[in-house]
Amino acid sequence: MSVEAREARQPWILLSPALTAVGLLLFVPLLFIVVYSFWLRTASGADQVGFYLDNWNEALTDAFYRDILLNTLKIAVITTIVCALMGYPSAYFIARSKGNKPLLLLLLMLPFWISYIIRTMSWINILGVSGALNTLLLWLGIIDEPIQMLYNETTVILGLVHYLLPFMVLNVFVSLDGIDTTLEDAANSLGATRWQAFTQVTLPLSLPGLAAGSLLCFVLGAGTYITPLVLGGPTDAMFANLVFEAIITQLNWPLGSALSLMLLVVLGLLVMIYNRYLGMAQLMKGLG
Amino acid sequence: MMAPLGWQLIRGWAILVYLFMFLPVAVVVLLSFNASQFGSFPMTGFSFRWFVELWNNDAILRAFQTSMILGALTAVISTTLGVLASLALVRYRVPGANAVTTMLIAPILVPEVVLAVALLLFLNFLGINKSFTLLLFGHVIFTLPFVILVVQARLVSIRRDVEEAAMSLGASPMQTFFQITLPLMMPAVLAGGLFAFTISFDDITGTLFWKPGGVETVPTQIFAMLRNSISPEINALGTVMIFLTVGLPLLGAAIARKISNKGGT
Repeated sequence: MSVEAREARQPWILLSPALTAVGLLLFVPLLFIVVYSFWLRTASGADQVGFYLDNWNEALTDAFYRDILLNTLKIAVITTIVCALMGYPSAYFIARSKGNKPLLLLLLMLPFWISYIIRTMSWINILGVSGALNTLLLWLGIIDEPIQMLYNETTVILGLVHYLLPFMVLNVFVSLDGIDTTLEDAANSLGATRWQAFTQVTLPLSLPGLAAGSLLCFVLGAGTYITPLVLGGPTDAMFANLVFEAIITQLNWPLGSALSLMLLVVLGLLVMIYNRYLGMAQLMKGLG
Repeated sequence: MMAPLGWQLIRGWAILVYLFMFLPVAVVVLLSFNASQFGSFPMTGFSFRWFVELWNNDAILRAFQTSMILGALTAVISTTLGVLASLALVRYRVPGANAVTTMLIAPILVPEVVLAVALLLFLNFLGINKSFTLLLFGHVIFTLPFVILVVQARLVSIRRDVEEAAMSLGASPMQTFFQITLPLMMPAVLAGGLFAFTISFDDITGTLFWKPGGVETVPTQIFAMLRNSISPEINALGTVMIFLTVGLPLLGAAIARKISNKGGT
């Protein structure tokens, strides 16, 4: 074998274990559930192999699934907007701060390292019937008995925002930090006000970071089922909860496959649109 | 300088956001030292009793052990796969490198619930039921993209001429790799491994699908305990987790910095 041929083969030898793992543990399983979604769960509990459209028919036409899907998207949109409103100014503050930037960023990223389930349940300590807020309000005499603030859609969104905000801050920070600050000075010297300089120079330049952060918040938020289980009420199920119900509780795996694929297509479309217009590079900058 | 008023508003807003992020966590730590037998306010005194109870709780200790073993194995496998793939992508001109990278990070582009369902159903079809093996496969595939992103970012900064110098002085490719490349890569490898461990240790979304009955990791154990009511024991466990997951990466970063400092400038 020539030296060139060996040189050309080497990277593939290094890549093969990882590519094999992703192929066998992700791509083949995804294809497999496409097939599985056309099988049928019979009354006896066995899966009937074949080509049945029943699961898809149920998943796509039943108003129950449609409503929960729409509600899931609504929750994800609100979460993303709140993350942007809270995260953008914070990232701006860190990026333009005269102080210790890495420390400020590290501080805001620390919760990112703290366990998701701990952070989610920590809100029970704050908003629960005997939580910090009720205790404070009682002590101040504003209320006479504890109010139930937990287990509704608002607390689900609150939990999601607390979970996802670091993703937004990091992505916006990365793109703000890469903007030459003399551009703003130039705009100012040409007669623009601070606000104009921000809205016409800095904000447009930081949009890729805002878009990357928003995509992450939306996709991760729309795919969660733990937060509604911990902070939501009985009627606050999100779409991933339906998947969990079908697979783990009802053991209806063909239907669960169809529901999973629905979620994948809806969120995948979004990722693809993003990739088409903005590319994956920005997203990786924020993750790496 | 920014207009003082605007800047002050931004700073005030940022401080509120910092508080929002930290207050709930601080309350968990505070309540874990609460002497009261209910896991809530008011604080009745300072006590370590919940940590002692934690230590005597077999279910939690077992969950801890499972999480540690699972995290360590995940880190070793995921880092090995990830470092090899990153070396290929950084050191060689791979045709279609972009497509390869997208494929390798696909596990984080797919919603974790969908990944969990697909893997569970497929491996079950192959005869691998819910088991530790399934958990391990799941955690490896889910952490691999993070390892690749972290290691790749660090690898880019290692210069190639040191290796070329070693080779020109007569070192074999093997010697060069183990005596030059690997030591230089060590901070990247450690960072990747630590990242994989932390993500595995923290995972609950996929774990709930993959874990066999009776086996719990720390997050699923906490989740199961939440079903009853919030007890000070959960807060104590939370405090331990907070110190572990925040302390370990900080320690790792410190070690990595020390190693890279020692490695010369």
